[in-house]
Amino acid sequence: MLMTYREALNQAMREEMQRDDRVFLIGEEVGYYQGAFKVSKGFVEEFGPERVRDTPITEAGFTGLAIGAAMAGLRPIVELMTFNFGILAMDQIVNNAAKVRYMSGGQLSVPMVIRGPGSAAHQLAAQHSQSLEAWFCHVPGVKVIAPATPYDAKGLLKSAIRDENPILFIEAQLLYGTKGEMTEDEYTVPIGKADVKRPGHDVTLVAYSKMLLLSLEAAEDLAEEGIEAEVIDLRTLRPLDVDTVAESVKKTGRLVIIEEGWKFAGLGAQIADSVYSKVYDDLDGPIVRVTGEDVPMPYTRPLEDLAIPDKARIIAAVKQVL
Amino acid sequence: MRQTSHMNDFMSLYRDMLLIRRFEEKSAEMYALAKIAGFLHLYIGQEAVAVGCIAATQPEDYIISSYRDHGHCLARGSDPKRVMAELFGKATGLCKGKGGSMHLIDVERNFMGGYAIVGGHLPLAVGLAFAAQYKKEDRVVLCFFGDGAIPSGHAHEAFNLAALWKLPVIFICENNRYGMGTPISREMVLYKDVVERAKAHGIDAEQIDGMDVLAVRKVMQRVIGQVRQDPQPYFIEALTYRFMGHSMSDPAHGQYRTREEVSDARKNDPLCLLKEHIQKDGNVTDDVFTRVEHEIETLVGESLTFAEQSPFPTATSLHEDVYIAE
Repeated sequence: MLMTYREALNQAMREEMQRDDRVFLIGEEVGYYQGAFKVSKGFVEEFGPERVRDTPITEAGFTGLAIGAAMAGLRPIVELMTFNFGILAMDQIVNNAAKVRYMSGGQLSVPMVIRGPGSAAHQLAAQHSQSLEAWFCHVPGVKVIAPATPYDAKGLLKSAIRDENPILFIEAQLLYGTKGEMTEDEYTVPIGKADVKRPGHDVTLVAYSKMLLLSLEAAEDLAEEGIEAEVIDLRTLRPLDVDTVAESVKKTGRLVIIEEGWKFAGLGAQIADSVYSKVYDDLDGPIVRVTGEDVPMPYTRPLEDLAIPDKARIIAAVKQVL
Repeated sequence: MRQTSHMNDFMSLYRDMLLIRRFEEKSAEMYALAKIAGFLHLYIGQEAVAVGCIAATQPEDYIISSYRDHGHCLARGSDPKRVMAELFGKATGLCKGKGGSMHLIDVERNFMGGYAIVGGHLPLAVGLAFAAQYKKEDRVVLCFFGDGAIPSGHAHEAFNLAALWKLPVIFICENNRYGMGTPISREMVLYKDVVERAKAHGIDAEQIDGMDVLAVRKVMQRVIGQVRQDPQPYFIEALTYRFMGHSMSDPAHGQYRTREEVSDARKNDPLCLLKEHIQKDGNVTDDVFTRVEHEIETLVGESLTFAEQSPFPTATSLHEDVYIAE
């Protein structure tokens, strides 16, 4: 059965809200508007406005409210219209959600999910095109998930809603309409486990979210040239499944990391460091990163295309290490 | 000597305020001896607000506060031994030494914590009230903060959401006239009437004398009853004064306020006001006050001994409590 990424998220939330009364959805336009990207379609009709709570444009306020509600035993899902607006809630996420468990010596917990799209769509310009996962991954106390496929999106979102910790769940506008194979059975996908999406033996490509799809396309092209790339989907960014990547690199001897975010202090640097310490003896070349350019996102299409990794750059990076 | 239950009640308020006063005086001493480190923001002078407000609550009501939180925590009934141990950074502290002075948390008593980003805990308070409403629980939330939090965006976002959704949260602004060293007149245009800020959000608000514990409690009994009956936010501006500096690194007077101003304010000491009231109204002798002094002195002494003798947390606890394992 094929299903879109959007429908997969919708199903995950619906099933979890049916299963557990403590779960509620809160955010801008999640109710009567059906979600800015229609992810919560039909929710206000099914669960009512108490559990599908439209908010004013007040990210710090409603994210903080959700943290307080989680401290008091509820299990909020906060929808950020995009993660760019999550910057407004950064203080609540970093200073409260991530820390109250530790500061309280384990007395309090914040079981909540903050979800919404990150990364660039098409020509949304500098303030609406950012990949901020490295910011969140830097903070102990939160988990960060960025699924690429509908199957993983559903399974991981269900796991995230059931998790006892605060979770940033980063989707992508350009993924919402993508389709993938789904099972009819109830399932979850474990947090913190990477997935080998394509086996290979010549080079390891590590990516997540949209860049995973791009990496798979690059791998297909490379295969035509006789280069078999193993493509690993991290799925969870914190905690990072270093072992799965290391196992692959031990086999291939080469590692290319693909991310859409900015290069400097980007997530790829951390992945390279974590993996290198486990595989330095097995490497046959330098670890190469394919990243977004270190510029605010330009509006105009030719420049935007230059700022975001593309298939050609992934292929070039692979050839650089082979 | 026989006392009326009325007088016992007043003495109990006096005792609670005296505990905060003596506990903090001892903390300041320990800070000077470097037994307590970091930031230590004393509540001395403001005791009537925490004690009067919390005396009007039920145990299931949530209390949440800022970094100047010792008073609220003790008024809520947390064990002074475990509070002192927390200030000492010991494993027996309320938060196992991981929170410290600014982050006292005692969930068993629904004391949901001290938070140290000014204004940042107001949305949390609204969330606690949201949970109470969502679960149809008969709880109200008391949220304490200083006048310095009022201009913050967090505060106004919290006020708006609370008013919009009729959440049972009582915002208690302890106006001690200074946001750290900046007088309120240099912080806000509407400084003469902080309550106007709340009213602008559609929240009923009133100003009270935060030095008079009986007045504070009386107002809060009415307000809490009202909010419990008909859930919606309420705003209290309690006029008060901190007798000490902003924190231990700030002298009580000097740069931004004069010795005269501080000594004038001290004439309104909430403990003296209540003591005078009790002495005037009731047939309470000095012996009774002496006994309470001794009782508190012993309690604070025991807290100190407990904190001193408790172990520091072990190295293994460093990585505990970051995540909950599945």
